[in-house]
Amino acid sequence: MKLPVRFLLTTVVATAALAACSSNKPKPPPPPVEQTTTTTQGSGNGRYTVESLDTDACLRQRVIYFDLDKTDIHSEFQAAIACHAAYLRQFPGARVTLEGNCDERGTREYNLGLGERRGNSVQGALGGAGASTGQLNVVSYGEERPVCREHGESCWQKNRRVEIVYTAKQ
Amino acid sequence: MPQRIFHWLAAFALAFCTMQVSAQGLTLDIVNGNASAIPIVTVPFAYQGSSTPPETDIGDIVRADLNRCGQFRSLAKDQVVEFPARGSDIKFPTWRLLKQDYIVVGRVLDAGAGEVRVEAELYTVGDQKPLLTNLAISGQRSAMRGIAHQVADAVYEKITGVRGAFFTRIAYVTAKGSGNNMAYNLMIADSDGYGPQTVVSSRQPLMSPAWSPDGRRLAYVSFERGNSAIYVQDIATGAREVVSANKGINGAPAFSPDGGRLALALSHGVNPDIYVLDLGSRKLTQITRHFAIDTEPTWSPDGSSIVFTSDRSGKPQLYEVSAAGGDGNRITFSGEYNAKPSVSYDGKKIAMSQGSGNVYHIAVLDRASGTATTISTGSFDESPSFAPNASMILYAATEGSRDVLYSVSADGRVRQRLVLADGDVRSPAWSPYRQRGQ
Repeated sequence: MKLPVRFLLTTVVATAALAACSSNKPKPPPPPVEQTTTTTQGSGNGRYTVESLDTDACLRQRVIYFDLDKTDIHSEFQAAIACHAAYLRQFPGARVTLEGNCDERGTREYNLGLGERRGNSVQGALGGAGASTGQLNVVSYGEERPVCREHGESCWQKNRRVEIVYTAKQ
Repeated sequence: MPQRIFHWLAAFALAFCTMQVSAQGLTLDIVNGNASAIPIVTVPFAYQGSSTPPETDIGDIVRADLNRCGQFRSLAKDQVVEFPARGSDIKFPTWRLLKQDYIVVGRVLDAGAGEVRVEAELYTVGDQKPLLTNLAISGQRSAMRGIAHQVADAVYEKITGVRGAFFTRIAYVTAKGSGNNMAYNLMIADSDGYGPQTVVSSRQPLMSPAWSPDGRRLAYVSFERGNSAIYVQDIATGAREVVSANKGINGAPAFSPDGGRLALALSHGVNPDIYVLDLGSRKLTQITRHFAIDTEPTWSPDGSSIVFTSDRSGKPQLYEVSAAGGDGNRITFSGEYNAKPSVSYDGKKIAMSQGSGNVYHIAVLDRASGTATTISTGSFDESPSFAPNASMILYAATEGSRDVLYSVSADGRVRQRLVLADGDVRSPAWSPYRQRGQ
């Protein structure tokens, strides 16, 4: 008969946690970018080096975030798409895997499909900007690889993403 | 605990119409109770052999099994006032006074070579009619939980007319760790969560276990090759093979009722459609062809059709298509999100994950009336799986930051939380009926 207390406590804590989550104002995830170079690249003019992947602010942006149930790419990520496409044009041997991910809502297998849609969306954008199809590989992880485990939009928006992973740099 | 507090807590429990019994990591919630549940007493099974008494009490397991299916209300062990081990020892007026409809008695004997022999009898209390008098099952002491589940199955079938499903297993996936340090395990355990065994381990995600109809193999999705791929593994030997590793998604395997084919969702890098793979010839047949996401195929019991999830109408809904292929017809019309179907053995009911806003419950669709009934209360309930007799449904839920499993009676009234592992537990699949020795 210990349940009621534990049950109530759990409910209270869970409710508080949910309230805390939902009261957070949604804000765009912080871009994982540090400005370490002053040059602006992305024109595909051959000025990238392999090291640029680690030093160029634009190329260091490797995560594209998405709205709920959406696969279109926000304008704020267009610059990153252009930079990666330029790099891929310059280094035809370079290969990327586009890892599609979802938040936890919905069923796991359906979310595999949703993650692939996002991956395909980024693949299409990179291809449209000049990367060749053979350089791009899409893998959907659905909701299996969250970067954030809380139940709320502040966390969910960090999980709805495509990660650009270089499997060969040149 | 001081008596007064105990009483206060008891009152509270009643006020919430919730009762919980804990035993070795298993918790049983009786939600709202069930007035129509059949009162039954299972007397502790006395050990009548000559060596050390076994630790497993058959009576405890039978009592728990009958409780969690929702159709019975077992008299609590501490209210069992007499201890007959045979039908001839039962004083029926005692149990009539305790308002019991049925009584189970039994004993455990030595069977030679270290084995035990469990004998059980079932009587009606009202007219003292013997329903089971010669049930006897022998086995190793280590197999006594399985024997107890078989006794519960026999009692269940005798009273309800439907085969019991307590002597079955469940498969599920556990996930521990975070970031690049994850450990995934595909596990199997008894239907009540006891006796967990690892089937396969991986540092990459494992998903969607599905039982073969003979209960000997599991199909599942593994990312160990860097992308989703479908494996079929023999549980006893551990031998396994990759049966699908195409570009794009290889997901949602489901064995056909004859065991010879596997329905799957394949995207070939574009969008997932439903396919059927012949496991013998490896011939692949495309069943659906639509630019939407078609996934989570489930066979009808006779293998003639496949129920699946598709978002062709905008949001995921359930559709049914001939196993020979076609467009499919929509079968869910209420609820904005209906996915991950599990079809009952008679095809009359479909359990599914039903979503509305940010809340996902398990709902059961009655095919004849078209009405869906919600049977779970969590916020992120998904992945329902019917027991082979459809008396119970296993599903995944989220509590705090943990994924856990519940089994719930088909009417939603009795729910049991299965605490199976540290970390997250998900993607449950209820096995088919089990053969002895399996």
